[in-house]
Amino acid sequence: MYRYDAHDQKLVDERVAQFRDQTRRYLAGQLGEEEFRPLRLMNGLYIQRQAPMLRVSVPYGLLSSSQLRTLAHVARTYDRGYGHFTTRQNIQFNWPALESVPDILEDLARVEMHAIQTSGNCIRNVTSDHLAGVAPDEVEDPRPYCELVRQWATLHPEFSYLPRKFKIAVTGSRRDRAATQVHDIGLRLLRNKQGELGVEVLVGGGLGRTPVIGEVIHDFLPVRHLLSYLEAILRVYNLLGRRDNKYKARIKILVRAMGADQFKARVEREWEHLRDRPELTLEQADVDYMKQFFGTPDYSVPEDATALQQALDGDSAFQRWYRHNTVEHKQPGYRAVFISLKAPTVAPGDITDDQMDAVADLAEAYSFGEARVTHTQNLLLADVREDRLPELWRKLAELGLATPNIGKLTDMICCPGLEFCNLANAGSIDVAAAINQRFDDLDYVYDLGDLRINMSGCMNACGHHHVAHIGILGVDKKGKEFYQITLGGSSADDAALGDRLGPAVPKEQVPDTLEALVKTFASLREGEETFLETYRRVGMEPFKESSYDTAH
Amino acid sequence: MTRLIKRREPVRDDPWQLVDEEQTLPQGDVVVPVARYLEERDALHARGGRVGVRVDGTVLAEDLADHLDDLALIAIEFPAFTDGRGYSLARQLRLRYAYSGELRAVGNVLRDQISYLERVGFDSMLLDEQSDLEDALKGFTEFSGYYQNVALEHSPLHLRRRTAAG
Repeated sequence: MYRYDAHDQKLVDERVAQFRDQTRRYLAGQLGEEEFRPLRLMNGLYIQRQAPMLRVSVPYGLLSSSQLRTLAHVARTYDRGYGHFTTRQNIQFNWPALESVPDILEDLARVEMHAIQTSGNCIRNVTSDHLAGVAPDEVEDPRPYCELVRQWATLHPEFSYLPRKFKIAVTGSRRDRAATQVHDIGLRLLRNKQGELGVEVLVGGGLGRTPVIGEVIHDFLPVRHLLSYLEAILRVYNLLGRRDNKYKARIKILVRAMGADQFKARVEREWEHLRDRPELTLEQADVDYMKQFFGTPDYSVPEDATALQQALDGDSAFQRWYRHNTVEHKQPGYRAVFISLKAPTVAPGDITDDQMDAVADLAEAYSFGEARVTHTQNLLLADVREDRLPELWRKLAELGLATPNIGKLTDMICCPGLEFCNLANAGSIDVAAAINQRFDDLDYVYDLGDLRINMSGCMNACGHHHVAHIGILGVDKKGKEFYQITLGGSSADDAALGDRLGPAVPKEQVPDTLEALVKTFASLREGEETFLETYRRVGMEPFKESSYDTAH
Repeated sequence: MTRLIKRREPVRDDPWQLVDEEQTLPQGDVVVPVARYLEERDALHARGGRVGVRVDGTVLAEDLADHLDDLALIAIEFPAFTDGRGYSLARQLRLRYAYSGELRAVGNVLRDQISYLERVGFDSMLLDEQSDLEDALKGFTEFSGYYQNVALEHSPLHLRRRTAAG
């Protein structure tokens, strides 16, 4: 993974000192609440319902063992012993004291971490494919480009006071695991017939109150122009994006108002003046410099070629975990291993300090000292040799981190909800718990196949409910928590926004409604169809009928 | 006490006089709203003193393009420090139109933004009334380097690394 040089380290250290001074001035009354607010947000610090919340950046989801141990230390020392991984592959701490935040940042800086631009109206953490560098369908490893974009975006002088937040995702695979179609900018690395590397550029996607699927404005941008093109897009947005209404301030509204063609024309006009500027041009040497950080690890051949097969034959629990929580790797003899943070009794994405320490040890022992955060709020060990899987599985199971449910109904994406968040209208963690209780039969869950349920506690859509196969959105109805259900969304290649099932249902009926929906699916399903495929074939009607019949 | 900073120094004898839409034109160097400039251009230049304009975030660089050689100063207004349009306008004026006159940030200009302003090409900043000038000057030196190409520092970090490696 990327390692800081003296420049990077100095910048992060100076950022800590700057924030320490800003906090001091705020506490001394020299900096008003209004003036401090954007400054603390640009450093990931929210003031929430219960306490401040600090969001720490995990660039494109990569974590070293020492970084994980530092996160464990932060959770233990400054918080209540746990952290919460987010859909932007970051981690949030829900209970730090404002006064201690500069100290936390100082501890993080020692392991090359920071909270820069994890919130605020600026360019946020760049996200990517959690299988970057190990996916068999990869065209090009996106991580060097993610890092180049991260550095370009960090403390950018022109783009730190944008109309609204700005999210960029990068993928280098044929299958989109980075949700590039629902980002302000989605970048997809690809090769042309001559074998040259280029980028397909999408703009104007996003969730929130007005969900939109992004549009392609460049189908093959040579990679050398990546930064100048990004700069042109951001400049057009910064100058023309709406600032009068924060709900209409995202780039998707501008792209929609101008039309994608007009927007593109404007960007290209700006780009003409930027494209040949040497400081915005990525020469091969720049890319090569970055690539050296993401080389191939020192893979080896399994010592015992039969160990995996024996374990699979001999232990059905291991077999289940292997099937659901590990995926194919480009290197023969290796698998990528998901660490499920979706145990039935735990809030989705939560992890304790001790678990983080333990995962750090496991990453060192089994996966070259690195772990990753997925946008579905799980962790991943990307490079595990097959013969070591049975041993790793036993250790994960002891830690409560081997729930074999990746991609299944109980692997829900979930925002912190009413309990923690100022914006939320309804709880989400307690609903997730009720759903887990209802669907406690794993074999039944497996029979349903891949099924993505995402839940947001309000229309800001932090839980990405629009792009779930079954989306659940918390709404407030006269002081009561109700839930709007949508069907048929996806953030993958077949990206789509879910359709509304009908009137919102009260909290206690959410598990019943879900059960009715999956029963309808099971009765209509042809062969091994997924929920999404069946829904797309049969449409809303049968689901609507059955779920409201059961619910009333 | 002065609230004006130019090239990291407090300015005590600023020659520029701010004139609004209606006011009679004084002698010397004046900054007028851009609309007035467009109407009274010839008269303004005939006076002898230097001329600058004041623009807000709705003005685009191309609107000013034809006049840049005649303007010794462009004051860009920040209605709120969170309104970042002025940064892009300044950068366009500097990079695309090679504007070499003075760029001045006015309006809700605060200590914690002045380094960003400098990096996109502002020469001077008129601080908001609540800001302490001595304290604000510290804002320029909080960072010793950045990733991007900036007005002060000619190569971005990836380029410097490229050179160092080669």
